[in-house]
Amino acid sequence: MKFGVVVFPGTWSDRDCGWVIDQVLGAELHYLWHKDADLKGCDCVILPGGFAYGDYLRTGAIARFAPVMQKIEEFADRGGLVWGICNGFQILCEAGLLPGALIRNASLEYRCQWTNLVVERTDLPFTSKCTEREVIRVPISHGEGNYFADPATLSRLEQRGQVVFRYCDDTGRVTNTSNPNGSMHNIAGIVNARGNVLGMMPHPERCSEAELGGTDGLKLFRSVAENAMKVLVS
Amino acid sequence: MIARIVVTPKPVVNDPQGITVKQGLAILGFSEVSDVRVGKYIEVSLEASSEHDARQRVDSMCKQLLANHVIEDYHFEIEPDGRRR
Repeated sequence: MKFGVVVFPGTWSDRDCGWVIDQVLGAELHYLWHKDADLKGCDCVILPGGFAYGDYLRTGAIARFAPVMQKIEEFADRGGLVWGICNGFQILCEAGLLPGALIRNASLEYRCQWTNLVVERTDLPFTSKCTEREVIRVPISHGEGNYFADPATLSRLEQRGQVVFRYCDDTGRVTNTSNPNGSMHNIAGIVNARGNVLGMMPHPERCSEAELGGTDGLKLFRSVAENAMKVLVS
Repeated sequence: MIARIVVTPKPVVNDPQGITVKQGLAILGFSEVSDVRVGKYIEVSLEASSEHDARQRVDSMCKQLLANHVIEDYHFEIEPDGRRR
């Protein structure tokens, strides 16, 4: 099982993801430089958080033209696992690998806090270690995590069960007060129709060791580690 | 030539920046303000054989990069003899 972690200029969560993969999970880790159109045979590619290319113009807008992104799009087309976290989610939306966009938080504030997420899909390679409608505690750290999609796209996402994580209270109720950024339908993470491309604003890599205040994030890394080898990449 | 491009949030997109600026204007006494939308102004200097050609190229730039069609609208003017502001 090989994880690839993409590094753009301005990426900041690459080493956090790398630490979890390498030190906590004990899986093989490769950093993938944005200028290299080579995924080094990785089974899962992570686009980590940060401010790729300074988030100039719009979050993720420039990153999607990086040479590595062409390979990632081909990899996703073949069924490979692609996991965008925070800025990675924004990049996947800009690249058209996921629908919608992430806009400025409704509060206009940069939000750095713990959130509760209800897991609505456990049949995915990313979430198989979670239980049905489990509430996991994962921190967010973003200024532009307010999920937006037009009404038709939003209803399609809901009908097809593509919403994977929703902000909720600690009992799993999806409420306005538990929504930290104004996201439509409290959306914190979505998957593509095929189920191999996941985007999420919260940071599982920052809650994968007890020392950091929680280990719920590790469930997602463990899920991927267990399933990536089973995913058929054509 | 110069293209002067204005990118704005779509009417259906909530614009928290605009709302906040509107509140600031209200505090300053501009109570007549009913709405504020905050967008971007982009100036592109380019070479083109005609204004028509420039228009097509700039439209393509907007579609592919300068605006995100999910959340933004755009419009632009081409000034054949334009200077950078």
